[in-house]
Amino acid sequence: MAITSVKNLKEFSTTNDRFEGAHTLCPGCAHSMIVRELMNCTDDNLVVSANTGCLEVSTAVYPFTSWDTSWIHIGFENAATSVSAAQVMHKVRKKKGTLKDNDAPVKFVAFGGDGSTFDIGFQWLSGAFERQHDFTYICLDNENYANTGGQRSSATPIGATTSTSVAGTHSYGKKEKKKDIVAIMAAHGAPYVAQLAPNKWKLMAKGFQTALETEGPCFINTVSPCCTEWKFEPKDTMGITDLATDSLMFPLYEIHNGHELNILYRPKNIISAEEYLGAQGRYKHLFKPEYRHVIDKIQKDIDDNWAMLQRREEARI
Amino acid sequence: MAVEFEVNEREVWDGNYAASQALRQADVDVVVAYPITPSTPIVENYGSYVGNGYIDGEFIMVESEHAAMSGCIGASAAGGRVATATSSQGFALMVEVLYQASGMRLPIVLNVVNRALAAPLNVRGDHADMYLGRDSGWIQMGAFNAQEAYDLALCAFRIAENHSVRLPVMVHQDGFITSHTAQNVYPLSNEAAAKFVGVIDPVDDMLDFSRPVTYGAQTEEDWHFEHKAKQHKAIMDSKPVIDAIFAEFKEISGREYKRVETYDMEDADVCIIGLGTTVETARVAAKELRKEKGIKAGVLAIRCFRPFPYEEVREALEGVKSIAVTDRSSPGGAMGAFYNEVAGAMATSKARPMVTNYIYGLGGRDLSIENVKTILTEQQANVDAGYITTDLQQFTNLRGPHLGFFKTARS
Repeated sequence: MAITSVKNLKEFSTTNDRFEGAHTLCPGCAHSMIVRELMNCTDDNLVVSANTGCLEVSTAVYPFTSWDTSWIHIGFENAATSVSAAQVMHKVRKKKGTLKDNDAPVKFVAFGGDGSTFDIGFQWLSGAFERQHDFTYICLDNENYANTGGQRSSATPIGATTSTSVAGTHSYGKKEKKKDIVAIMAAHGAPYVAQLAPNKWKLMAKGFQTALETEGPCFINTVSPCCTEWKFEPKDTMGITDLATDSLMFPLYEIHNGHELNILYRPKNIISAEEYLGAQGRYKHLFKPEYRHVIDKIQKDIDDNWAMLQRREEARI
Repeated sequence: MAVEFEVNEREVWDGNYAASQALRQADVDVVVAYPITPSTPIVENYGSYVGNGYIDGEFIMVESEHAAMSGCIGASAAGGRVATATSSQGFALMVEVLYQASGMRLPIVLNVVNRALAAPLNVRGDHADMYLGRDSGWIQMGAFNAQEAYDLALCAFRIAENHSVRLPVMVHQDGFITSHTAQNVYPLSNEAAAKFVGVIDPVDDMLDFSRPVTYGAQTEEDWHFEHKAKQHKAIMDSKPVIDAIFAEFKEISGREYKRVETYDMEDADVCIIGLGTTVETARVAAKELRKEKGIKAGVLAIRCFRPFPYEEVREALEGVKSIAVTDRSSPGGAMGAFYNEVAGAMATSKARPMVTNYIYGLGGRDLSIENVKTILTEQQANVDAGYITTDLQQFTNLRGPHLGFFKTARS
């Protein structure tokens, strides 16, 4: 049963698994929640690709696989290319009638972490979107190279300490702003892009379904809190996600056809950046008096971004 | 249904066009490619066949060669027939994914129009790119002219898709000399080619949802070694399959291919070993030298660079006393790779003939008939002296003073 008709979490927990629980992701990792939701939000057949990263190394270690569907991983950078070429092959074979089941509906999905999406695989992602392949790309954004020990990526926010943007007496951690991947992918003219989060699981399922049903390349950035590198207790993953969405550090919104922006979630009580940052070890150093200005900057960036999103939603541009 | 493309019994095609016609006749489902000189026309032509309805496939022009091979892997795992083409820097950019294609046992056909690797930048033909792929786990076959580029491309699909092989295949031709020189080519009829190549019967088809497959799993020290050993065994065991497919191709075309080709080798004292367009030059030189100086010279050509035909090379060189192995690639601080293969094969022979190495033709530098005669004459001098009279490795037709390395103990 696809997640479409699922009313509550209890029911959700009993949906069919095409993504099996037996994997080696860290306890508390949000990746598996997001992936499972995607896999269960459609009854169609799925061809899934993955870039190298936490998800890939944890779900297909020979002789085991967590994937009860067609799955392919090549390298760090090319999941968008492999799955979009498979989609073209499907088109050709359907036309020629050489498929095992010529009428079975199929959806094509690529997963990448933020390192492979924002950095090393960006060219492949951009190319596949420019070519207008009919597939959905989902970024599992945990804001660092978690699989290789927590190095900074271009998704790492200002102020975070990572193993290659180390906070100390002379540094407050990463100096540069996070790349706005959602805007970049919308600028490709993609029919549907969105930023979603697993704590708002119904919104996420709806966004996934919209992407799968929309013809053409769709991009979804999902916040995937990483207890190992963000430094919080594994049991707190959903709580941290709540802080991420309610502080508007991760605003949830969608953009249709490159410009029609809809805000998907308006927190009743917007919490401060300080509250979000304070819950994670990676920002601990910011609470020293000398780095107070960084927290202020993060708060200002959040406020500016939220104002911009609301203006865009209102103006429909 | 595709529109019929008429081919004549005899055509005047260059190597690129010949290869692209093989892709059309093999009814390739998907070509994923990125342009690079001198191989670009192969995929451009495929695109024009798609554009004009001569083929029911799809041409995906991607944003880089890395993406081209990545796309070939995705499309091939999705169960259809896949091919592409590249050269030089593009080949170099593909290397990461070449290993992935062979490791996943995907029957992709890659037409490589050989070209030098930068720096300095050079668009002409040498074998640097081919050598870069030599440990990639692909079967590598060399075409010496346009006809062979066509014939071997057709054979390549059969070899790659054979269920006991299941490995990707490269068909090499020399940049410009073969790829851009129009020659007489005798193609098969469309029907005969289609019948010979047949329909792909995919193994582990990602689009067969009754049996989900996981491609590209991780293996560490517990299983990686066994996987790579199995892959190596598959390429070593592909030799009889290649021979059988060549034999079948001879039945329908009259053209015979062997993994090792020999010319004037029956009574040869000396010989030159090469591949690519060099072979035709060497054949002329050896014949002339026999007439002019009475030197019993022969030519041995490697058709199948991987899997390397060690036994066949050793057998073909039985009785030969001094052997010149030519390498058209800068060896980077060693003997040429091709030399090392032949020397390795001959180290297991009873006679242990002299084996010398000539580096030539880098960046498209011509190798003339006179150059080959000099090389063969030096081999005869070795035979007469009973030892290697030259440096073991020499550069041929190079500007400036003589360049050679590694004197043998007896010289």
